Amino acid sequence: MISPGVTTRTETTPIDAAQAIDAGQAIDAAQAIDAAEAMGASGAAGSAREPAATGAPATTREPVATGEATPATEDEFLEVRRGPTVRHLLSIADLDREGILEIMRLSDAFAEVAQRPIPKVPALRGRTVATVFMEPSTRTRLSFETAAKRLSADVMTFTAATSAAVKGESLRDTVETIDAMGIDAMVIRHQASGAPLRVTDWIGASVINAGDGTHEHPTQALLDCYTIREALTERRGGEVPADLTGLRIAIVGDIKHSRVARSNVLAFSALGAEVMLVAPPTLMPASLEGWPVTATGDLDGTLGELDVVYLLRIQSERLGEVLLPSLDEYHWRYGLTKARAAALKPEAIVMHPGPMIRGVEIAPEVADLPATLVTRQVRNGVLVRMAVLFHLLGSGVV
Amino acid sequence: MARRTSENPREDLVIRGGTLVDETGERRADVLVREGRIHAVEAAIDAPSGATVLDAGGCVVAPGLVDLHTHLREPGGEVAETVESGSRAAALGGYTAVLAMPNTEPAIDSAAVVRDVLALGETALAEIAVAGAITVGRRGERLVPMAELAALGVRLFTDDGRGVQHSGLMRRALEYASGLGVVLAQHCEDEQLAAGGHMNEGAWSSRLGIAGQPALAEEAMLARDLALVRLTGAPMHFLHLSTAGAIELIRRAKADGLPVTAEVTPHHLALCDAAVASFDPVYKVNPPLRTSVDVAAVRAGLLDGAVDTIATDHAPHAPERKDDPFDEAPSGMLGLETALAVAYSALCVGPAEAGDEGADRGWVPPGTGAVMSLRDLFGLFSWRPARIAGLDQDARSSGAALGARSSGAALGARNGGNGGNGGGGVGGQGGPILPGRAANLTVFDPAAEWVVDSSRQASRSRNTPFAGRRLTGKVRHTVFAGEAVVVDGEAQR
Repeated sequence: MISPGVTTRTETTPIDAAQAIDAGQAIDAAQAIDAAEAMGASGAAGSAREPAATGAPATTREPVATGEATPATEDEFLEVRRGPTVRHLLSIADLDREGILEIMRLSDAFAEVAQRPIPKVPALRGRTVATVFMEPSTRTRLSFETAAKRLSADVMTFTAATSAAVKGESLRDTVETIDAMGIDAMVIRHQASGAPLRVTDWIGASVINAGDGTHEHPTQALLDCYTIREALTERRGGEVPADLTGLRIAIVGDIKHSRVARSNVLAFSALGAEVMLVAPPTLMPASLEGWPVTATGDLDGTLGELDVVYLLRIQSERLGEVLLPSLDEYHWRYGLTKARAAALKPEAIVMHPGPMIRGVEIAPEVADLPATLVTRQVRNGVLVRMAVLFHLLGSGVV
Repeated sequence: MARRTSENPREDLVIRGGTLVDETGERRADVLVREGRIHAVEAAIDAPSGATVLDAGGCVVAPGLVDLHTHLREPGGEVAETVESGSRAAALGGYTAVLAMPNTEPAIDSAAVVRDVLALGETALAEIAVAGAITVGRRGERLVPMAELAALGVRLFTDDGRGVQHSGLMRRALEYASGLGVVLAQHCEDEQLAAGGHMNEGAWSSRLGIAGQPALAEEAMLARDLALVRLTGAPMHFLHLSTAGAIELIRRAKADGLPVTAEVTPHHLALCDAAVASFDPVYKVNPPLRTSVDVAAVRAGLLDGAVDTIATDHAPHAPERKDDPFDEAPSGMLGLETALAVAYSALCVGPAEAGDEGADRGWVPPGTGAVMSLRDLFGLFSWRPARIAGLDQDARSSGAALGARSSGAALGARNGGNGGNGGGGVGGQGGPILPGRAANLTVFDPAAEWVVDSSRQASRSRNTPFAGRRLTGKVRHTVFAGEAVVVDGEAQR
């Protein structure tokens, strides 16, 4: 059950071999898209609800047997929810190293599609994707809807502000109603951790977690991995890295309340990167037991060794919870100022999931440096979400 | 097989073939019940004509169970449970008395509400005793009229669902209560430390991104209250202790001779916070499921006497509320119908016989340590809680019995009046199984294996965390005040 790529993150894959696989897989993916185009045209793309024949990573709610109840290692965390039923993407733990790399290769294929004069393929024609956003998030919703439309899927939009939820309808009734209209995938954003997993109990469609409470935001992590991989590829003159082995990535900020951090820790470490969490103790999770990371409160002491600085948004609500004295003090201690940016290695990159608060976690001048890949993250978000939708709803022939 | 009994408690009952287990020990005997009382206890009893015979072959016959912590939800929460449905669940679980918690709507903080709930209990399938709130509306501001409520038979006061946050008020409550022969009980939770956490703070809450409440939130209030007991001398009972630190604090307090008692729940001795990885709110409870280390400490506390009783914290919630996402769903689990089997499976069945429970995420498999005797188990479920709640006294027996309070109770002297059983009760809970005692009995089959089916429970709610789990040991018959209210696992009314 445990992905070797995740649990033995020091293991490295020879780049040549990986490149060969990568190239081969990319070709397969392109072929699959073409095949899907043909099938889409005949309206016979197969049942979306059939489990993949290829053994692609999937999710099931069935608990996995473990003798020991309290997690002692990352292995046990990653054991949660794996199995062979309807395909969902709820957590990065639903994918292993190969699953993440597969999404990367599919994204490469869709990057090629994006270069075409008409950047649209019929791969998911006849499929319906519903976006259900119980917590407002325009950018993530637009990114998913753009991805679905570029795959020629039909899109239904459901937001809490306009929905029956404001009239007191339960989440269960809401999603069952939408499911009854006949959908193939539900992209769900919810303010409560675990809500998408609960939804898999109630509906037959594939469920994609678009951010749940302070739990996970897997597509953000996938697009971040893709963006880092792309930056490395450029730096190496077009040579695509097998994974992120050897990189030192610091995630800086409100780790405790960050679903992005939880997904990124799993994704970065699954791909072999060394992950460091940087935050004051009040913004760290209560326990890092089982997390494949190191943690520190000292940003300045780590800057010179980093390949990637991943900044998280600081929400002003945290002041009311007495987790920080002031945003100014946070900026003084953890903000990526010009001076701190200058202390980074020349090739280091800066990332942020957005929305970015200039003057708090990042100085305005740094936000506009070429090393800051925020816009590229957003662009790649569409490609990666196309890859995820295709991966879950496509013919499975990849 | 037993014949079905009639509803007439005056019909003779013979409980045949069982092993009697009570505070005095174990022995093979039949029991003849007549007119609500134990009439004879002998090696072999011929059934008088017209008597109902309950087969107890291979079973334990014990004094009826007593639950110090039941949320019956009435008044105000009838969609989730009523006194009647809760008492039926109690009877099926082997209980012959339950203590109704006061966090109803309105709260049980006045004589009028006490009388209402006692009146509802008069036709119930188990004795319904009532706990009063410590403060009006459980708001933590003003004391309820404790003496007036005590005169109606209320023996235990608690703001359960919340702890009394205000230390000065808690001190005054203990001082005021100390003259009344009552005991104050605390739900230990420092709300500022708990900070609205929905599960135990630790490795799992951190991984799952669910706000946690630290063990310290429980232990800090417990430590404060133990200091207040030391200051005031007033007895206290501590509800649903769940952390290793809390068990150790209560153990030391008892060693110091403080007049304190403590309970733990079946779920805290069987399940740990890994269960929450399912994000299923059926595992949301307050205090939260803790770590497997805490579960081991809770079991150890039961084995060495640091903990006095297992109480269910039976907390029904309507199914749709438990369909809310974890953060938004209410806390609480059903307990009455599974408590004895869960505790027996976790405490009395060795690891080799444990079957597949250990395969379930969150179920902490039985340890390799000491295995509890049946007598100790029934002590935790029957005579010890009966004593804490003052339900051991037999209201209808001779005046001599009233003076013969068992030692070890945290309560002061009993109030006079109607015998402290709230008028509707029968008293005489907790045994021993002797001629003349009230006939409150449980017949338990320790060899029975069963899978919990939440749709078959008598509770109006379905929120049992044990649904689908295989348990060892099942209540076969329950006799309440001489009436066979449960026969072969079926409620008779």
